[in-house]
Amino acid sequence: MAKQRGALFPYIIWIALFVIAPIALIVYYSMLDLSGNFTIANYKAFFSPVYLKMTLTSFWYAFLITLFTLMIAYPTAYLLTKTKHKQLWLMLIIIPSWINLLLKTYAFIGIFGLYGPINAAVEVFGFEPKQILFTDFSFIFVSVYIFIPFMIIPIFNSLDKLNPTLIYAARDLGASSFTTFLRVIFPLTIDGVKSGIQVTFIPALSLFMITRLIAGNQVITLGTAIEQQFLVSQNWGMGSTIAVFLILSMVVIMFLTGQKKGGRVR
Amino acid sequence: MKSLVQATIAIVVVCALLQFAANRLESAGSAGSKDTITVYNWGEYIDPELIKQFTKETGIKVIYETFDSNEAMMTKVQQGGSAYDIAVPSEYMVQMMVEQDLLIPLDHSKLPNLNNIDPYFLDLAFDPKNKYSIPYFWGTVGIVFNPTLVEEHLTFTTWEDLWDPSLKDKVFLVDGAREVIGMGLNSIGKSLNAKDDDVLREATNKLITLSPNVKAIIGDEITPLMINNEATVALTWSGQAQDMMWENEELDFAVPEEGSNLWFDNFVIPKTAANIDGAHAFINFMLEAEVSAQNNDYVGYSTPNRAAMALMDPEVISDERFYPAEEIREHLEVYENLGPKWLGKYNEYFLEFKMSLR
Amino acid sequence: MRKLSSASKLYLIIVFLVLYAPIFYLIYYSFNSGGSMNDFESFTLEHYKAVFKDSRLIVILINTVIVALLSGLIATIFGTLGAIGIVSIKDKKIRNTLLSLNNVLIVSPDVVIGASFLILFTMIGVKLGFASVVVSHVAFSVPIVVLMVLPKLLEMNTSLIDAARDLGASKRDVLTRVILPYIKPGIFAGFFLALTYSLDDFAVTFFVTGNGFSTLSVEIYSMARTGISLTINAISGLVFLVTVFVVIGYYFFNNRSKRIHEGVQR
Repeated sequence: MAKQRGALFPYIIWIALFVIAPIALIVYYSMLDLSGNFTIANYKAFFSPVYLKMTLTSFWYAFLITLFTLMIAYPTAYLLTKTKHKQLWLMLIIIPSWINLLLKTYAFIGIFGLYGPINAAVEVFGFEPKQILFTDFSFIFVSVYIFIPFMIIPIFNSLDKLNPTLIYAARDLGASSFTTFLRVIFPLTIDGVKSGIQVTFIPALSLFMITRLIAGNQVITLGTAIEQQFLVSQNWGMGSTIAVFLILSMVVIMFLTGQKKGGRVR
Repeated sequence: MKSLVQATIAIVVVCALLQFAANRLESAGSAGSKDTITVYNWGEYIDPELIKQFTKETGIKVIYETFDSNEAMMTKVQQGGSAYDIAVPSEYMVQMMVEQDLLIPLDHSKLPNLNNIDPYFLDLAFDPKNKYSIPYFWGTVGIVFNPTLVEEHLTFTTWEDLWDPSLKDKVFLVDGAREVIGMGLNSIGKSLNAKDDDVLREATNKLITLSPNVKAIIGDEITPLMINNEATVALTWSGQAQDMMWENEELDFAVPEEGSNLWFDNFVIPKTAANIDGAHAFINFMLEAEVSAQNNDYVGYSTPNRAAMALMDPEVISDERFYPAEEIREHLEVYENLGPKWLGKYNEYFLEFKMSLR
Repeated sequence: MRKLSSASKLYLIIVFLVLYAPIFYLIYYSFNSGGSMNDFESFTLEHYKAVFKDSRLIVILINTVIVALLSGLIATIFGTLGAIGIVSIKDKKIRNTLLSLNNVLIVSPDVVIGASFLILFTMIGVKLGFASVVVSHVAFSVPIVVLMVLPKLLEMNTSLIDAARDLGASKRDVLTRVILPYIKPGIFAGFFLALTYSLDDFAVTFFVTGNGFSTLSVEIYSMARTGISLTINAISGLVFLVTVFVVIGYYFFNNRSKRIHEGVQR
């Protein structure tokens, strides 16, 4: 396997140009104040209660979003592998994500609205229409909506090739469906689940647009704060500082969830 | 492996075909003219028919690019890399761009149609003698509301009305530090360009008492919400209010008497310009009375072009909500460029207010 | 294979309904003679006619598709090679570091990526336009490909490679005959999600584009202030329908030719 290392070459170039270079720029900017002098004031400012509270909220919402996405995506992926035209159904899961997100968000504003289809249905059952927009529910719902395909696909891929004889064996040995799932299926798909969690949790930390459109700024994430610093305050220094912390927390997560076994030994 | 290779080839072929189609479409549009200008504007902020007419009259082809915020536009102009001949920043951004030396002075001798502009809108503090900019559209910041959904005594001729207890959880604010803090400052009778920590503190405290009434702080999405009667009261720009009122006739708009903001979007020629003569020709064309009137029909914001107003529907230009009388305009203030330090403070106070919402 | 229970079917139907709800909502209003996504006044096709009259919009749409396909393809190649390289690394620390670097672009808010790429490009003196947009889209799509391919590689049984080697397969043969076929689902997943990233991106494209080159997202976002025209709904509806037909058509065509192929072999 070691000889495959040549494959890394273009990838390393990509990392050097588009990851290392921007990180260097961000770190550099994070140490500049508004008039371009070197300072660590931005870092001090980050440790004010306002930003720390924002960091905590970001993590909390990212956690909730990931949890709900996983809860919905896992059974979906599982059931999809049992359908007849499974590859086609999988494609049909991805297609909605190709329509522009801003447009879909406007559609959600209409759907969730007081006079939208959901409240119309609620009224049919004799309940009072309720404002669904600008609540935690609508924010998490739309976020989960965005991330669902990203979670389903890796889980589907790892479930798909699962050897059915393993499941039959477990069943023959008297394991209940639940035990079979917990002891056989889930552990064998753990790499797919991990991959899904990474592509959900990490970007959920820096969600921005829908914090305004769907949550009406009732939820403020680190991503929103960075956005504001760059585009409204034009304070690239502070924006970069928050970005540095965002990247650092991501690295910590990566090392915590990283594989325990060190690479695949041949 | 075979299917991977096949897919790769298919993608490359499709791209090549599409590129060919795009080239055909593009060359059909330009009719081979060499003279081009690049216009950098907000989306849907000009009648596309007028661009065609301009090309027909002058032979100059127009490349049209769009942006969604002043600050993002400035970053692009600052970095260069693309030749923008015309940009349309708001007034505070004109000032900022002048300070950063990003604009080219205009040659007024090439803009004879400048005479069409109402002198009231010329020679303003943000650009003395219109050295760098020509007003394109203007407006105010005020409150759009639905009279059938709020209590009768609320007319929003004063900012205090927003604090009315009957509006609990009903007020929508626009996601802009200058607008919201400015509203707070105006409501305590101070200038919306205040540079005084005590005054800003007082305004923020006053705003925080508004929190129970605030449903959400959002951006352009307020338009569909107001049209749907989903929102009853919103702080917004006059141009957007006009868009809403076209769709929902129940709505009304008011600019509180304590004062508010007067804004301008303006034509400028950035330093990146490659065709300065073409840019002047374009600005002059847009200032023509008929052109400006037609453009106004399309965009619907308030025009500073007096000659165009003579050609427009009298009902439109006599609407005092969007063309306020001069004595009302006197209470309005144009945003001054605060400088990075104070702009930062405005944003911090705004963030504090946002955090008080929950 | 067991048939799906009706509860499972219902679950899948609900998931699909939710995923497609906003899109149907958009398409429904694209037939609205009123000017916006509220109050359906009466049926009209004028917005569809407007699409075909507006050659600028069509060129922008074509640009968007080309950028997505091309950047998706290149990112898939880079990302797949990168993932193969990463699993070949045995040192746990180096591997986790590489993976962390990989995820930096996923966690960074778009403005930060856009602004730093803009600075990067102007520093090197790249002319902004088609090329800079494609390169940036490749850059931010590589990590998602890596994350999609990685679990497939980790699942792969090393004895497969060993067996191939023992049978005298060259390094190249191992890659093209053993590894690539096995991880193919991951590669396709990576490509399709790279398309999603590319089609949805607004902020990065905005910063690195120029000289008249534009994509649908940039166009849509910059319309937000004055209101998004229903022409955009119409064009999205058309794109959606074409995509669905292409996907379904391709799937069945592919299946049939496969079946014929298998028939001949038998």
